[in-house]
Amino acid sequence: MAYASSPDNATDTGPSSTGGRYLAETVQRSAKILVVGAFGVGKTTLIGSVSEITPLRTEETMTTASVGVDDLAGLGEKKATTVALDFGRITVSPRLVLYLFGMPGQRRFWDLWEGLAEGAVGALVLVDTRRIEQSFEVLDQLETHTAGLPFAVAVNQFPDSPWHGEDELADALDLPPRTPVTSCDARDPAGSVKALITLVEHALANQKVPS
Amino acid sequence: MSSTDEYRDRPVRPYVLTGGRAVPSRNTIRPETLVVAALPSKPLPVSAGRTERALFGMCRRLLSLAEAAVYLELPVSVVVIVASDLVDSGHLSVRTPAGAPVSREVLEELLHGLRKLA
Repeated sequence: MAYASSPDNATDTGPSSTGGRYLAETVQRSAKILVVGAFGVGKTTLIGSVSEITPLRTEETMTTASVGVDDLAGLGEKKATTVALDFGRITVSPRLVLYLFGMPGQRRFWDLWEGLAEGAVGALVLVDTRRIEQSFEVLDQLETHTAGLPFAVAVNQFPDSPWHGEDELADALDLPPRTPVTSCDARDPAGSVKALITLVEHALANQKVPS
Repeated sequence: MSSTDEYRDRPVRPYVLTGGRAVPSRNTIRPETLVVAALPSKPLPVSAGRTERALFGMCRRLLSLAEAAVYLELPVSVVVIVASDLVDSGHLSVRTPAGAPVSREVLEELLHGLRKLA
């Protein structure tokens, strides 16, 4: 196939796939967690610290999410804006692979959120306590645009981050009751995995509530 | 504010690659959906376009659509549309199509797997 530029690693050594581009053939399904937060808060750092592949960057077009092609065709000056999305993956068991998608937090990307939130386990909200006000927009967005999506807050600890107790932070961020708040160093795989665990535990607890 | 790092324009409009469509033929395909060439394998029709061929070739082994999009240097939304067509025509198969909410079993398997990594 002439144009099929393929992800070769495909020398077929072994069952795959740590380090390889393809997944093990035993994998039966995928799950998805969104990593959200203000610009520069460390989303891609966290994804990179836990991902088994170098984080990949893809592009999503805003116009296909929000406006039909006819509208686009009729508006010669409208730009087909694309947004970069960084993502990584963790094969958590022989059957299950987890994808982590970093979601840009800015208001103009809201349309994109709804599409990506569909089918997600939940969202991990990264917060920088030095710029806490930048998290308000993201949390507001979660509560209005992706209502019902479980989320947990993880403070990305920078060396000069002021210390806030979890309660104080929950208060400052006006979080819904029982929203987990944890902290991590996004560069540290173990801490980042723990933050993800906190979120999944919360998602499981949410399921117990009869709907 | 944003930087150009998260935000840019492309010269080729995505709808050129999808025959003018913005919406896939099925809504069960998402960026994290796993796809692989269907078995028994059958060749693409001669009328298949460049994007279909590239995606079909990419999917000879299992991977997600988001990954396929990166390697093909195409927007995910375009690859979703092309993949939907290839699923409809029986060339690609999807593992556990999206649609249902995440089940308790999947959450538990996920939690168990993450705890082993921590």
